[in-house]
Amino acid sequence: MLERRELVRSLLEDRGEMLVVAGLGSPVYDVAAAGDHPLNFYTWGAMGSAAMIGLGLALARPDRPVAVFTGDGEMLMGMGAFATIAQHRPPNLAVVVLDNGQYAETGMQTTATGHGTDLAAVARGCGLGGAYTFASEDGIEPLRREIHARRETSVVVAKIASGDVPRTLPLKDGVEIKSRFVSALAA
Amino acid sequence: METREEQDQQVHDWQRDIFAVFRDAGVGHVGYVPDGGHKGLIRLCEDDTDTATTVLTTEEEGIGLAAGLALGGIRTALLMQSSGVGNCVNMFSLAESCRFPLLLLVTMRGEWAEFIPWQVPMGSRTEAVLKTMGFDVFRARRADEVRGQTAAALDQAYFSNRMAALLLSQELIGRKNWSK
Repeated sequence: MLERRELVRSLLEDRGEMLVVAGLGSPVYDVAAAGDHPLNFYTWGAMGSAAMIGLGLALARPDRPVAVFTGDGEMLMGMGAFATIAQHRPPNLAVVVLDNGQYAETGMQTTATGHGTDLAAVARGCGLGGAYTFASEDGIEPLRREIHARRETSVVVAKIASGDVPRTLPLKDGVEIKSRFVSALAA
Repeated sequence: METREEQDQQVHDWQRDIFAVFRDAGVGHVGYVPDGGHKGLIRLCEDDTDTATTVLTTEEEGIGLAAGLALGGIRTALLMQSSGVGNCVNMFSLAESCRFPLLLLVTMRGEWAEFIPWQVPMGSRTEAVLKTMGFDVFRARRADEVRGQTAAALDQAYFSNRMAALLLSQELIGRKNWSK
């Protein structure tokens, strides 16, 4: 099992041109803990939207790697996004699902992945044939390079250790998050 | 299979008007869950090399898609039926919280000579739901209103970073033929 903070921090090392979308709850805190950045788009609501925001961004900016960090709870709410992403398969999009089989934000209730749902298999069934699951630190560096390579859409389910970690709270105001992102991307 | 000519005849002039407004305003991406009332417009968008399209598994996906495209500088329109508005309600919080421009074109059901009673609960409340969620709501009842109302809704969304919806009335779309 992977440690979530170390995983996200490692994947964001030398991030270069990368654009990041963070799904609500713990992924937002993980991305913020790795270091605030104007090209982080944090979501604090609209559960289920992170992967679709990533798709839109990847289609709009094919010149940039786009990484979405989301939880199993959010991905389960918007599983149809796998089918929608598969229509376009943008090579610069990576969706990293931080999967602990739990809803960490609301009291550690078991998610459907905790009951056996395999999100990588769902993604493959939706047409994203390269989707895979990993749970070993050996997989981190290859994934980091995969995100930067922009060769094909990546859907990766990272099995992370259960349990909660301290919150790191970044910007909450949506207009500020958006405006900062757009300005940095235009610069 | 329909011939090309038969398909072309199914595109209404008011749908060509909407498409012309999209082109003038530089709408680069159109997301949709299909509806019979949008059929001709979807055809026009899919046939145009300057317009990317995405068929959504559910309408709420479109709100995230439009947000991501907006972050990257692409203008989007979302096409859906009135029932789809109900699927989106919490997702509208993304557009409102971040003040993303958002343009919905909604074909109405359940409010004019409706054949399926199950369409009425959402269709009869679509406008109220949109207003409750903070949308600026525009309406076209006749073909000659469509171009102007589309342009107004689009400008409201993109000039003022607002959520704007154009409701295309069922009487404009016409009765669905249930005899075949």
